[in-house]
Amino acid sequence: MSQGDFERSLKEHGSSVYGERKRWLALRVDVPLLLLLLLLMAIGISVLFSASGQDFNYVKRQGVFMGIGLFAMLAVAQFDPRFIQRWAFVLYVGGIGLLIAVIFIGVGAKGAQRWLDLGFFRFQPSEVLKVAVPLMLSSYLAQRVLPPHFKHVVVALLLIGTPAILVGIQPDLGTALLIFAAGFFVLFLAGLGRAYLLGALFAGLSIAPIFWFYLLRDYQKTRILTLLDPQSDKLGAGWNIIQSTTAIGAGGSSGKGWMQGTQSQLDFLPESHTDFIIAVLSEEFGFTGVLCLLLVYLLIILRGMMISLNAQSMFGRLLAGSITLTFFVYVFVNMGMVSGILPVVGVPLPMVSYGGTSIVTLMLGFGMLMAVSKEKKRMGEQL
Amino acid sequence: MPDFSTLKNPQWESRLYAARASFTLLVVVLLLGVLLWRYHDLQINRHQDFATLADNNRIHVRALPPARGLIYDRNGVLLADNRPGFTLSIVVERSKNLAQLLADIGELLAFKDTELARFEKLVKRRRPYESVPLRFNLSETEQAMIAVNEHRLSGVEVSAQLIRDYPLANQLAHVIGYTGRINERDLKRLDPHRYKGSHMTGKTGLEKYYEDQLLGEVGYENVETNARGRVMRVLERTDPVPGADLHLYLDSRLQKIAIDALGEERGAVVALDTVTGGVLALASMPSFDPNPFVTGISTKAYKALTGSLDQPLFDRALRGQYPPGSTIKPVFGLAALDSGTVTMGYRVYDPGYYQLENKKHKYRDWKRGGHGSKISIYDAIVQSCDVYFYDVGFRAGIDVLHDYGTRFGYGHKTGIDLPAEAPGLMPSRDWKQGARGRVWYPGDTINVSIGQGFMLATPLQMAVSVSRLATRGEVRKPRMVNAVGNELTAPVSEPASIDIPPRYWDIVIDAMAGVVGDLRGTARRAIGKIDYTMAGKTGTAQVVGIKQDEKYDASKLAKLQLDHALFIAFAPLENPRIAVAVIVENGEHGSSTAAPVARDVINAYFKYYPEPSTGELAEEAVAPGTVESSHESG
Repeated sequence: MSQGDFERSLKEHGSSVYGERKRWLALRVDVPLLLLLLLLMAIGISVLFSASGQDFNYVKRQGVFMGIGLFAMLAVAQFDPRFIQRWAFVLYVGGIGLLIAVIFIGVGAKGAQRWLDLGFFRFQPSEVLKVAVPLMLSSYLAQRVLPPHFKHVVVALLLIGTPAILVGIQPDLGTALLIFAAGFFVLFLAGLGRAYLLGALFAGLSIAPIFWFYLLRDYQKTRILTLLDPQSDKLGAGWNIIQSTTAIGAGGSSGKGWMQGTQSQLDFLPESHTDFIIAVLSEEFGFTGVLCLLLVYLLIILRGMMISLNAQSMFGRLLAGSITLTFFVYVFVNMGMVSGILPVVGVPLPMVSYGGTSIVTLMLGFGMLMAVSKEKKRMGEQL
Repeated sequence: MPDFSTLKNPQWESRLYAARASFTLLVVVLLLGVLLWRYHDLQINRHQDFATLADNNRIHVRALPPARGLIYDRNGVLLADNRPGFTLSIVVERSKNLAQLLADIGELLAFKDTELARFEKLVKRRRPYESVPLRFNLSETEQAMIAVNEHRLSGVEVSAQLIRDYPLANQLAHVIGYTGRINERDLKRLDPHRYKGSHMTGKTGLEKYYEDQLLGEVGYENVETNARGRVMRVLERTDPVPGADLHLYLDSRLQKIAIDALGEERGAVVALDTVTGGVLALASMPSFDPNPFVTGISTKAYKALTGSLDQPLFDRALRGQYPPGSTIKPVFGLAALDSGTVTMGYRVYDPGYYQLENKKHKYRDWKRGGHGSKISIYDAIVQSCDVYFYDVGFRAGIDVLHDYGTRFGYGHKTGIDLPAEAPGLMPSRDWKQGARGRVWYPGDTINVSIGQGFMLATPLQMAVSVSRLATRGEVRKPRMVNAVGNELTAPVSEPASIDIPPRYWDIVIDAMAGVVGDLRGTARRAIGKIDYTMAGKTGTAQVVGIKQDEKYDASKLAKLQLDHALFIAFAPLENPRIAVAVIVENGEHGSSTAAPVARDVINAYFKYYPEPSTGELAEEAVAPGTVESSHESG
C-alpha cells in the first residue's frame, strides 16, 4: 500500500469515526483497547523524539508505521474470527515458506540473515510468524478436545518448533524465543497437562548444557555471561548493560526531564531509539515514568485477558490469550534485559521502540483481539 | 459407547481456560512486580550511585595548558614565539578497528614508519581513553583531509596546541635553547600538577633555566562530553595564567653581526654590557636550528648533528674550555703589581726564552729572538711578551696567580642565568694535589703565567674577566634576562669588588689600549681605524704542545690542530660600556682572526647605541605596548 492510499483510508475511517454514530457502532472496534493503544503510541512517539536526538525523520517514519499499524488493526478487526481461523493455515504455511526463502535469498546485517529485500522496504518474515504461530496453534487446538492429547501435543510442538528453529538459525534468538513463547502460551491456555509441563521443565534443564556447549554462538554466550557480571567486559559486551542501568538509575524518582537525559542525549546509551529506549524513558521521566508506562501495559494486558475470557469460541479465547501474553513477553523481556535481569536479546519495547515491522505485527495482533471481542457482541445481539 | 475424550465439552473447556488464564494473569502480574522491583531498586535505592556514574560519564576535567611566556630581545624582537600547531591523535578505545583506522589515515596522510613505531610505543603505555598523538604539525591540507573524512575516522582527534617557534633559528639556538616533549626523565623531576595538559618543557638554554617563569599556571575546565569524547559544552572554567615573557639584555642585531663576523669559522663571541652585566651577544658557531627539536627531531637529522666534526650542538661560549693564553696577561700583570711582586718600573730582558735557575728547559717566547731588553709591564702587554710574564709569574708564585685569577672570575662558574655552564680551571697547588696527585712544580707556574698549562677558561669567563678590567674591579654577574614579565630582575652585584690601587689599573688599561693603538700593539693592524677608544688583548691558545726547539710550522698541521685565536676587548676607555671576548678555533693568531670579530661587534654597538644607556631602555622594552614601537624605532 502506498502512503497515499493509506492516508486516504485513514481519512475514510476518520469520517466514519466522527461522522455517524451508527457507522461507529458498525465499525468493530474495542474502544478501551484503542484508547490505551493510542495513549501508548503517544508516549512512544514522545520518548522516541528524545531518544533519536530530536530527529523528526524518526518521528515521522514511526508515525507512518503507527498509522499503517492502526489501519491494519482496524482492518483485521472487521473480520469474523472464523474467517481468520480458516486462513490461519495459509498464513502459517506462507510464513514458513518465507522463512525458508530467507535462508536462500535473504539479506542480512551483523552476521545474521533475517530480511527479505522487497525493493522498497526490507521485510522480516520472522515477524509474520509471531502472529501466525499462535494463530495456527489456536486454530489447530480449538478443533481438538481439550486438554490436548499426546498426539496433538506432538503436532503442536512441531508447529511451534519448525518456525522457532528456522528463526533461531538465522540467528535471531530473541524472535525465536518469542515465537516459541507465543505457541507455548496457546498450549498452556489450552490446558496442557501438568505431566507435560513437568516433563518440559526437566527436558529443558537437561538440554540446557547441550544448548550451551553446542548450539549457542559465542556472542550469545557472552550476552548471558555479561548479564551475570557486566563489569567483566566494560567496553565490550558489558558496555550496553552498564550504560543502560546507569541511565535508568540516574533517572531517580522523577527523572531528568524530557530531552535532558545525559546518558541518552550524549550517546552513552547504545541502541537508544530501538531496543534500549526504555532506558531513555527511565532516565528522563524517572521511576514515575516507568510506573505510568507499566500501568498502561498492565491495562492493555488486562483488557486483552478480559476479551479472551469473554470470547465466545475456544479459538477466540486461545488466540486472544496468546496474543495478550506474547505482548506481555515483549514488555517483560525488553524491560528485563535493559535493566540487566535478563540476557540481551533483540526484543523491542512494544509501540515505543523504533521499528515498523514490530509495530505492524503487534497491531495486527490487536486487530485480531478486537475481532474476537466483537464476535461476542454480535452473538449477544443475535441472542 | 462414544469416547468422551474425543468429544468436545465447551463448558468444561471454558472453565479450564478460565483457570489457566487466571493463573497466567497472576504470573504476569507477579513478573510485572519483579520489573517494578528492579526499576525501583535502580532508580530509588541506588539512584545516587548511578547519578554519580552518569556524571562521571559525561563530565570530564580538562586541563588547559597555559601559553608559554615569549622571549624578546632588548628591543622587543621576538626570539621565541608560540604558533598554533595541529596534532592528530587517536583514542584507541573509540576506534572500532585500530589497524583499519591506521590504514585509512595512512591513505590520507602517508605517515612514516618512525611515526607509527612511536605511536605504537605510546599506545602500550597509555591510560584508557587517553588520546595518543600520531602526527604532529599537520599542514592545512592534511587538516582539511582529516576534517572531510572525519565521519569514517572514529576515534581520531585533531587538537590545536601552541608549538614553540624560534624565528631566528640557529642564531640563538644555544642561548634560547629549545623546548621538547616531556620524557620519562623529566617526569621524575617535574611537578605533574603544573604540567597537566602540557607536553613540553624547556630542555636547554633559557627555556630550561627560566622554565618556572615561562611555564605559567595550568587552568581547568569541566566539560560535558558525549560518548565519543566530543565536548558538548563547558560547565566551569578556570583560565590558565600564561607564563611570563622574558626580556633579554641581548640585542639580536649584535648577535647577527657577531655570527656574520665569525663567518665560516668555528668559535664563540661573548659581549657584555659592563654597566649592568647584561649579555649583549652570546654566539657559538656553528649552530643548529632548534625548531626540529620542538616537535621531535628525526634520528637521522640528530645523528648528522652529533656526528659532525664541527660539533654544532656544543655551546662553545659556555661549555668550551680553552687555555686563555695571553689574554690572561692584564690580570696577571695586575696580580704582580698589586701583590708587590714587582714595581711598575720593573723591567725584564727577553732573549726569546726563559730559563729557571739551574734548569736546562727553555720556555720560549712566541717571538723568536725575543722582544729585546728592558721590557716593562706596558711593553709586555702591548707586545704580548711571554718572557716578562714567565719571570713575573714565577716570582709571584701560583698562589698569587690563583688568587687574582679567581677574583677576575676564572676557575668557577660565572653564575650566568643559563644552565650547564662549565667552570673552567684556575689551577692551584691544592687542585693539582687533589686532581693529579702531584705536587706543584715551578714549571707549572710558568705555563700558567701565560694562560697555558693547566689553565682553562670559557669564552664567557674571559668576557667577565675583561669586563672586570674595564670597570676597574666591579664584580657583576653576567645576566641574560633583564625582566621577567613586568618585573625587572634585580641587578646582580656581588658585594666584593676587586680592590686594587688606581695607578695599577691605569698602567694595565693603558697597556691594553696600546695593544690596539700603539705602533707595536699586537692588534693594531687587525683593528684598524676606529672612531672610539678601545682596550684589548690578543691571545693564542696552543692546541698541541710544541716540542723543544722544533720549528713551529702552521702549514704542517692540519687545520684542526692550529692554535685557537683569542681576543678580549672593551670600549670606550672612559666609562666603558661594552666588553667582548672572542675565540676563533684554530684561528692561529688572536690578532688576525679574532680581533676583527670583536671590532665588528663593538662598531655595531656604538652605531646602535651612540649614547650611554641610562637604564631606562630596559624599562621601556618591558612596558606593555611599547615593545613593538621600541623595536621599530630601534
